[in-house]
Amino acid sequence: MENMINLTIDGISVSVPEGSTVLEAARAAHINIPTLCYLKDVQQIGACRLCLVEIEKARGLSAACVMPVSEGMVVRTNTPKLRRQRRVNLELLLASHNRECTSCVRSENCELQALCREYGVKEYPYDGAKKETSVDTASPCVIRDNSKCINCRRCIAMCNNVQQIGAIGVSKRGFKTKIGPIYDRSLADTPCVNCGQCIVACPVGALHERESIDDVWAAISDSEKYVVVQPAPAVRASIGEEFGLPMGVAQTGRLAAALRRLGFDKVFDTNFGADLTIIEEGTELIERLGSKDAALPMITSCSPGWISYCEKFFPEFIPNLSSCKSPHEMEGAMVKSYFAEKMGIDPESIVVVSVMPCTAKKYEAARPELGRDGMQDVDYVLTVRELAKMIKQAGIDFAKLPEEKFDDLLGESTGAADIFGATGGVMEAALRTVYEKVTGKTLEKVDFTAVRGTEGIKEATVDLDGKEVRVAVASGTANAKKLLESVKNGEKTYHFIEIMCCPGGCVTGGGQPIVSSKDLQYIDLKAVRAKALYDEDKNKKLRKSHENPEVIAIYKDFLGEPGGHKAHELLHTTYTAKPKY
Amino acid sequence: MTIEELKRIKEQTLPQINMRHTHTVENETKYKHQVLVCGGTGCTSSGSGKLIDEFKAQVSAHGIEDEVQMVRTGCFGLCELGPIVIVYPEGVFYAQCKTENVKRIVEEHIIGGKVIDDLVYHEKTTGEVKEKLSDMQFYKKQSRIALRNCGVVDPEKIEDYIAFDGYQALAKCLFEYTPEQVIDIMLASGLRGRGGAGFPTGLKWKFACGNRGKVKKYVCCNGDEGDPGAFMDRSVLEGDPHSVIEAMAIAAYVIGADQGYIYVRAEYPIAVKRLSIAINQAREAGLLGNNIFGTDFSFNLEIRLGAGAFVCGEETALMTSIEGNRGEPRPRPPFPAVKGVFGKPTILNNVETYANIPQIILKGADWFAGMGTEKSKGTKVFALGGKIVNTGLVEVPMGTTVREIIFDIGGGIPGGKRFKAAQTGGPSGGCIPEANLDTPVDYDSLMAIGSMMGSGGLIVMDEDNCMVDIAKFFLEFTVDESCGKCTPCREGTRRMLEILTKITDGKGEDGDIEKLEELANTIKTTSLCGLGQTAPNPVLSTLRYFRDEYEAHVYEKRCPAGCCKHLAKITIDPEKCKGCSLCSRKCPVGAISGEIRKPFVIDQSKCIKCGACLESCKFGAISKK
Amino acid sequence: MALTKEQIAEKTEELKKFIAENKNMPGPLMPIMQFAQEKFGYLSLETQILIADSLGIPVTEVYGVATFYAQFSLNPKGDNVISVCQGTACYVKGGAKVLAKVEEQLGITSNQTTPDGKFTIQDTRCLGCCGLAPVMTINEDVYGKLTPEMIPDILAKY
Repeated sequence: MENMINLTIDGISVSVPEGSTVLEAARAAHINIPTLCYLKDVQQIGACRLCLVEIEKARGLSAACVMPVSEGMVVRTNTPKLRRQRRVNLELLLASHNRECTSCVRSENCELQALCREYGVKEYPYDGAKKETSVDTASPCVIRDNSKCINCRRCIAMCNNVQQIGAIGVSKRGFKTKIGPIYDRSLADTPCVNCGQCIVACPVGALHERESIDDVWAAISDSEKYVVVQPAPAVRASIGEEFGLPMGVAQTGRLAAALRRLGFDKVFDTNFGADLTIIEEGTELIERLGSKDAALPMITSCSPGWISYCEKFFPEFIPNLSSCKSPHEMEGAMVKSYFAEKMGIDPESIVVVSVMPCTAKKYEAARPELGRDGMQDVDYVLTVRELAKMIKQAGIDFAKLPEEKFDDLLGESTGAADIFGATGGVMEAALRTVYEKVTGKTLEKVDFTAVRGTEGIKEATVDLDGKEVRVAVASGTANAKKLLESVKNGEKTYHFIEIMCCPGGCVTGGGQPIVSSKDLQYIDLKAVRAKALYDEDKNKKLRKSHENPEVIAIYKDFLGEPGGHKAHELLHTTYTAKPKY
Repeated sequence: MTIEELKRIKEQTLPQINMRHTHTVENETKYKHQVLVCGGTGCTSSGSGKLIDEFKAQVSAHGIEDEVQMVRTGCFGLCELGPIVIVYPEGVFYAQCKTENVKRIVEEHIIGGKVIDDLVYHEKTTGEVKEKLSDMQFYKKQSRIALRNCGVVDPEKIEDYIAFDGYQALAKCLFEYTPEQVIDIMLASGLRGRGGAGFPTGLKWKFACGNRGKVKKYVCCNGDEGDPGAFMDRSVLEGDPHSVIEAMAIAAYVIGADQGYIYVRAEYPIAVKRLSIAINQAREAGLLGNNIFGTDFSFNLEIRLGAGAFVCGEETALMTSIEGNRGEPRPRPPFPAVKGVFGKPTILNNVETYANIPQIILKGADWFAGMGTEKSKGTKVFALGGKIVNTGLVEVPMGTTVREIIFDIGGGIPGGKRFKAAQTGGPSGGCIPEANLDTPVDYDSLMAIGSMMGSGGLIVMDEDNCMVDIAKFFLEFTVDESCGKCTPCREGTRRMLEILTKITDGKGEDGDIEKLEELANTIKTTSLCGLGQTAPNPVLSTLRYFRDEYEAHVYEKRCPAGCCKHLAKITIDPEKCKGCSLCSRKCPVGAISGEIRKPFVIDQSKCIKCGACLESCKFGAISKK
Repeated sequence: MALTKEQIAEKTEELKKFIAENKNMPGPLMPIMQFAQEKFGYLSLETQILIADSLGIPVTEVYGVATFYAQFSLNPKGDNVISVCQGTACYVKGGAKVLAKVEEQLGITSNQTTPDGKFTIQDTRCLGCCGLAPVMTINEDVYGKLTPEMIPDILAKY
């Protein structure tokens, strides 16, 4: 039983566990204290000074986000003095902020803008010198605009502490304090793995993805082009949030309908690619398990952020990476070969657009390894946020759309594909197939719950009819690092590891809808979105990738054997060690 | 080392050096004369190193090496008159001593036994000859506790320190007092932190006492003296490093720590060097390290160098810096007594605070509490600077008035100028105007008049100093030194500086003063650490006492002190002008015209206020107001 | 002062040795950076990467510390480093005018190095010689009680 502390906030009595902060206690009392630098579980540093509250008998004001509660504490969060100080501090932030709100990518989803509205900021009394700023557009995925940065450091907490990449940091001091890479470099020239977690951590428009919206519109309106779209599994889990639909409910049917209304010629599903991945990856695993000199553990390769991380931070594990392309790349390769052949379309005229929960996929799509004959497997990658914008631009009332299906040939999927979007999902999907392939028996209980959940590292041992397979799952690069180091120093041995770059997996990827820090206080975003995918899986008749009829057909009609020559040519890739700087 | 050995060192050394206090040569004394040359930063800058060499050369030339001991000490305090030489047993004070004077001192004074009148100190105000230190106005009103050994001992000799009862306080604590008793003594003495905030030292120690012996703890010393114009901590470290080491060991015994860090500015090379020597000597003597005095008390000490960031004087920032990070402050709670360096319970006191402690232990809490005012006990060291005759370091009992310090000890304002204000507390403090000169210096009285004790910098300003300009100077400092972590300090101080610059540039508008006040209020109440919370003080206090100067700048576009270049008006006094035309030739913009041998005039619309004419005029006819 | 390749290699070895000896002490970063600053006169990107990799921390952290403290410099300094004290005592006695004169004479501003690499002016707050105000130092030499007129002659000595 936790020790409970009683206190009063704005006259309301609350009781919270010992060790809670005043901010958390206020939340329990349904009182919202404004914050900018605070981000639940990511950063509590008391720096922005917006969450200051008055505490009786305390000297001066206290930052609610770091102030621990104590018995009998009397807190006031809303006094004329506090409101005034908050307004002045907001005005100070605005004085050096690039206030081109109307053209800002985060307009209406900006925490600073929202607070200014709430606190009635009407003018800019302290305008003066602006900070030395720059816009970094050299990265293929992430654009940084320092003119909008408010020095809250949430991006750094994400990059340094949560992900332990350290691509950006704080430099200089005082008014000259700057957030960004060393020596004002571009992110492209740093250890950045393009995960985009900095973007979802940013309360303002200082960080956003490189947009491909205009390119995609152009392709759609080009009558010479045959434009195919495919959304990743995790997209259906979150797209509804952009249109005010409840969190944690998959919008698969409306997603297909919306894509069709945008004017794409074919609306396929990356889920198909996911099922295909399982066949190839499962085959590869079985081969490696049976071989004496194959590198083990085998590590999944679906997450391009993780691939970059491996290439930059752990090149010694490159032989362990599955040679399988990621699902949307497989899907793209199939569109430009199998589908083109079948439909008699010149693959050169096909444009493959992926909608991804991810920013790193933009970099992945451009990797020279992922294409052939001068064509990339995937031409454009849109984030969920970009897709939502396009749907809004097209005047589509998403919430009222009928539910539709994906197109045939490359649109069918099993429940195993849906769960790719949650950490542990690829592992579970693979195990369902590998178990049946290895044992020849039917898997009755398809839920491998040991690899589900939002913990950073999960382990399990699976009995494949007498043969024990040790598996591990890590999400977030810091956890990947921890896991790999334990493997490297011999502390742990595994056969198969799933690694996702983003903590929680793709449901909380860097390309997902941005949830404000205020709302994040109340929900476990990773779990809520993952639930949408596990619900999808549960409700499907087919839940094992190898049962997908379109997958079966593609091997029969086109690819031949899983892991065979043609499959290798089209569905597998290579990796190279890369310098951090 | 044992207690007996400590006693033996004292007995051996004291007779050799006690003439510095008694002015008599005792029988067993080896040297008949001792020549003390100040080796503090000020005097070293003025060339005291060469003096020592010259003394040695002269002494050996006369074959009296066995009679004269040369001692390089720490700071005597009167830096203005450096390099300083004192000859014992008489204790004669030779100021601004030049190498060419050394021969005379050796021949006429040491050998001839005659004090050299034209070389000894003359009171600047009266011109009186003062042979001895104790006769000088500058020293008369002082009582030295923290500085007691500065300028008396050789800081590079642990024996000198031991001779004057060094390390006996530590021994006394270890053998006669429990940690609780030491805390009681500290509490009863009323000692408060000398770093600025004035928190009771005993209380600070008490808070860190929990779990003694069960958890790792640290004792730290703040020697990151960042207030531009304060140098007492440096002088203590240069002149008496062992007193700080001994006090830290006492603190470690009290809270149960076995590791200490002294954080010193890297810009203080002499202090760092002497401190390293002292730590090594203490370690070799067994006064640091394991099982001190054969007890189970162990304490190790390391130096960490500050790397040039004012904010690191703030306790949490200093700790983050010791940990090897950007010196950014952390929110409190948790307080350092609970979670300090490397997340462990830590106490942090400043150099001057520590320097008081061995004396308090040896002489008792009542002795210390007998000095000072009701709530501020003991003494305080001030660094006098600016427009004052005797620049230097003084230690006075708490409760001495500002007037006594500036006029009696400091000798008043040079050049017949009028006193305008004294600034204490540096960038965190405020101004004391003429009307408050009789304020007794103690924590609470200074706070009440909108200034603060601070670390003890006391800068005097005269009628030529513009108070808006001074406020701007301090704001420039805090803007540069703000760590950038919290919003109000990072953004707000910059905006205040912009408004002040606008005002001193003659572009002030109605409403600017009010904006300054609004910003000052927000920065003061909402900043994360002491730097930000006190950054507006120089503006608030000058606004309180010199609001008319601000208003003159804003509404009349006039700088009453004639200091702000953009507002100054340069005029030629026709009575004094001889019409030599030199100024007109010097003027870079052709603003001055006239006929030879008739008064010249300045065209104000062309004048850029560069002051070239002012400097060129041989007749004092040109003035700036 | 520009270092030769051999000097850099030699100093790098010394730094590596120092790191090896000190990396396990609590909070090793600053002492190591101070050692490197002292050795090389500045912290190059290569030095920062070496320190970061040896301690297993991101380079951004080393860079963040290097740009926070005035003691660290990212660029080589000139042959002669001039510090004109801008502490309070010097300021009220005209330290700003002295600095302005030095800047005017050298044609650079604070924290810059002359194109010929001869002089660097460094920001300085209180050298602690308030009795000699206004003060400046050139390398180890201290000049006190300055007036702007004295500056050209002093600079000419270097």
